[in-house]
Amino acid sequence: MSVATHDDAHAHDHHDHGPAKGFMRWVTTTNHKDIGTLYLITGLIMFFVGGAMALVIRAELFEPGLQYVDPHFFNQMTTLHALIMVFGAVMPAFAGLANWMIPMMIGAPDMALPRMNNWSFWLLPFSFVMLASTLFMDGGAAAAGWTLYPPLVLQTGNALPFTVFTVHMLGMSSIMAAINIIVTVFNMRAPGMTMMKLPLFVWTWVITAFLLIAVMPVFAGAVTMLLTDKFFGTSFFNAAGGGDPVLYQHLFWFFGHPEVYILILPSFGIISSIIPTFSRKPLFGYASMVYATSAIGFLSFIVWAHHQYTVGMPIAGELYFTYATMLIAVPTGVKVFNWLATMWKGAMTFETPMLFAIAFVVLFTMGGFTGLMMSISPADLQYHDTYFIVAHFHYVLVPGAVFALFAAAYYWLPKWTGHMYDERLGQLHFWLTTISVNICFFPQHFVGLAGMPRRIPDYAVQFAEFNAMSSVGAFVFGFSQLIFAYVIYKAIQGGEKATSEVWEGAEAHGLEWHLSSPPPYHSWTEAPPKEIISDLH
Amino acid sequence: MKKTLQLLTSLWSVIWGVAYAETGSGTGVGWGALNLPAGATPLSHDIHDLHMTILWICVAIGVIVYGILIYSLIHHRKSKGVEPAKFHENTKLEILWTIIPFVILIAMAIPATKVMIKVYDTNESEMTIKVTGYQWKWRYEYLTDGLGKGIDFFSSLDAKSNEARQLGSKIDPTTVEHYLLNVDNPLVIPANKKIRILLTAADVLHAWWVPEFGWKKDAIPGFVTDGWIKVEQPGIYRGQCAELCGRDHGFMPIVVVVKPEAEYKEWVAEQLSKKEANKVDLSKTLTLDELNTKGKEVYAANCAACHMPEGEGMAGTFPAIKGSKVALGPIADHVKLVLHGKAAMPAFKDQLNDLETAAVVTYQRNGFGNNKGDSVQPADIQAYK
Repeated sequence: MSVATHDDAHAHDHHDHGPAKGFMRWVTTTNHKDIGTLYLITGLIMFFVGGAMALVIRAELFEPGLQYVDPHFFNQMTTLHALIMVFGAVMPAFAGLANWMIPMMIGAPDMALPRMNNWSFWLLPFSFVMLASTLFMDGGAAAAGWTLYPPLVLQTGNALPFTVFTVHMLGMSSIMAAINIIVTVFNMRAPGMTMMKLPLFVWTWVITAFLLIAVMPVFAGAVTMLLTDKFFGTSFFNAAGGGDPVLYQHLFWFFGHPEVYILILPSFGIISSIIPTFSRKPLFGYASMVYATSAIGFLSFIVWAHHQYTVGMPIAGELYFTYATMLIAVPTGVKVFNWLATMWKGAMTFETPMLFAIAFVVLFTMGGFTGLMMSISPADLQYHDTYFIVAHFHYVLVPGAVFALFAAAYYWLPKWTGHMYDERLGQLHFWLTTISVNICFFPQHFVGLAGMPRRIPDYAVQFAEFNAMSSVGAFVFGFSQLIFAYVIYKAIQGGEKATSEVWEGAEAHGLEWHLSSPPPYHSWTEAPPKEIISDLH
Repeated sequence: MKKTLQLLTSLWSVIWGVAYAETGSGTGVGWGALNLPAGATPLSHDIHDLHMTILWICVAIGVIVYGILIYSLIHHRKSKGVEPAKFHENTKLEILWTIIPFVILIAMAIPATKVMIKVYDTNESEMTIKVTGYQWKWRYEYLTDGLGKGIDFFSSLDAKSNEARQLGSKIDPTTVEHYLLNVDNPLVIPANKKIRILLTAADVLHAWWVPEFGWKKDAIPGFVTDGWIKVEQPGIYRGQCAELCGRDHGFMPIVVVVKPEAEYKEWVAEQLSKKEANKVDLSKTLTLDELNTKGKEVYAANCAACHMPEGEGMAGTFPAIKGSKVALGPIADHVKLVLHGKAAMPAFKDQLNDLETAAVVTYQRNGFGNNKGDSVQPADIQAYK
């Protein structure tokens, strides 16, 4: 057009498909960054909701005796705290990162299935409102633990069907997100971006996505069987009708064990992105990282009954699951050694993302050690269902998965917002969080070994000191997270402009650092130059 | 290594200003310890040793891994002006750190297998006790002739702990002896006999766990699981239910009194004669007041946990008895419900004798302002069973 007027220029802007305005932008969006943001905000909100429930638990456990809540309500809190943290906080946060980062990392304009992407997010708020509403129903929310073991869970009041439907909706959401990620990674990589060039975050998410597709239907099926046992007279889990309560446990953990890797594999990917950047060195052993992740993914399907060493399996079963479980230590060890070798002889700096990544390596390894101890079935006959287990899985999930999420948020926040976050506040958040998380969970190893069962609202007086300590740690941890929320808010509002590279030398570590900060609404409208891709390491 | 651990243990004790050794039950139970108890049975010793072996292997690996990490963090930082190296793989090294852990794992798996085989070996048990988990108490039935056959009783949280643990009781738990770890009727067993424990449950999953005995096992409704104990030293051993079983999961402790064989036999004789003496005299007719007084006790011990002390129940989960259709309806239906249970309501026919059943039904019909005015006699209960 030879005579372009001002108005015409605006008309052309429409072809850029910038975000729509107002609230409806978020409801109808099919943009991977908008959906990523929605997921991340949902994850953060649910982190505070689940955290508040944890603080109810820790307040009640601050000293022996019942001070604040009825035991039945306490059980509802332990159940919902876990369900919300797993399905509401950590999984949506990872899905948010995947949405934001995968198209940018593989050189694509957006996710492959944008409308499904929208649906898969918008199922979540409704699911969580439904789950939260069960707290106000007759009989309260489900109180049988997040594992929802029958026959106890069948004593739930009106909340049971709503809890089951929540699981169904969350499962649908996860499966759609997983399909979307697989299709995107398999079909939308830029020319030159081969599978063995993919950043590990993408690799770990692809494997996670396969795990999700394989196991979410199993969980949905198992809870549906609960539903029919309760309302339609079936006896899947009722011995009096020819069923078996332990069958549920096998079904649950066939889902549940891969699920715990769903919560940790993307963390491995994040840490594998951050450590090289701040060590100013390529990731050590890229190929073995990919193989180790795949091996962990495979092993996750064949070790489930190590959650059930005390149900009275035949000894052959006990021994098989012991050996298979111990094997997981090998690929997990490879990962830790590779991270150490990446740092070795690097030139490290310690910005907040790196601090969280290092704390992840140290504390996740702690959880790995206790995990190895628990894999030994005779020893687990003592550890099972005690606070030792509580300490173990909180070490792998809080300074594990959650620290990886903190690291990721600080690492990519400047990219997302275009502003550097407040480094002083970030470091304050890191130190408060890291010290308090250990004060909270480390003593739980001791009370567990000394004989304190998990899921009890009150305890014998000899456990008092460590429980008090644990509660203090929990409250400091909980309130420290307000700093995190504030840092994010502040970075969105403004601050020092971030360059496109953000971190010194980051361009060598991923395509996302070649886009402006914040990146264009449609990430890579043209494929990135092949030279950039071949230079990545 | 044991010394190092003891040192660390005492260090923690000093830090927290708590004399852990003294908070045990005085029989070497060591509940206040920081570590797994070495225990009182052959299995618990083996499992404790296994635990210590793995723990020290992990500590050793930890020292190496964290040592390398700390060295790296100190020396390989940009502020030291170092140039980052460029290497990014080393096949030999990678194969090495795959194989070495594998070898360590095999070294761990061998003792683990040996211990597990021992755990499962219930052969040559000298006596058998059946343990049934109920919401929220344990039932113990002795099955071996001459060693207590016929003894059958329920074991629940003792009254003092039960009073102190109520929400807002204002009773300081530290003033209650063995708070939450004491029962009304402990399990009594002989020392140095291999005893097979059969486990099952009446309602939901439970798990029977005495840490000093080295293991726990789930009690599953409709199935029987088993394990064995052989306690070397007479004494009192305490444990708890270890599988979430509902509202009062935290309040169904286990207490095992281990007696020398001679004393055990005396105890058995005493129990069996007491059982004979306690048989309910069905010919006796009780007044409404007598039944109500007795019924109130039975109600507090068996019903109040769900239906609440004032019979108001919990909306949605546990129906109220105050003003309920059952308590104000035909007495036959009421007795049958108590005897045989319904959904989450357990069957009480094995838990209560005829006198207790008659008393509690009468109390429920007349207490809480129900004032129905009718009663049922112990002699009538048998007809509904």
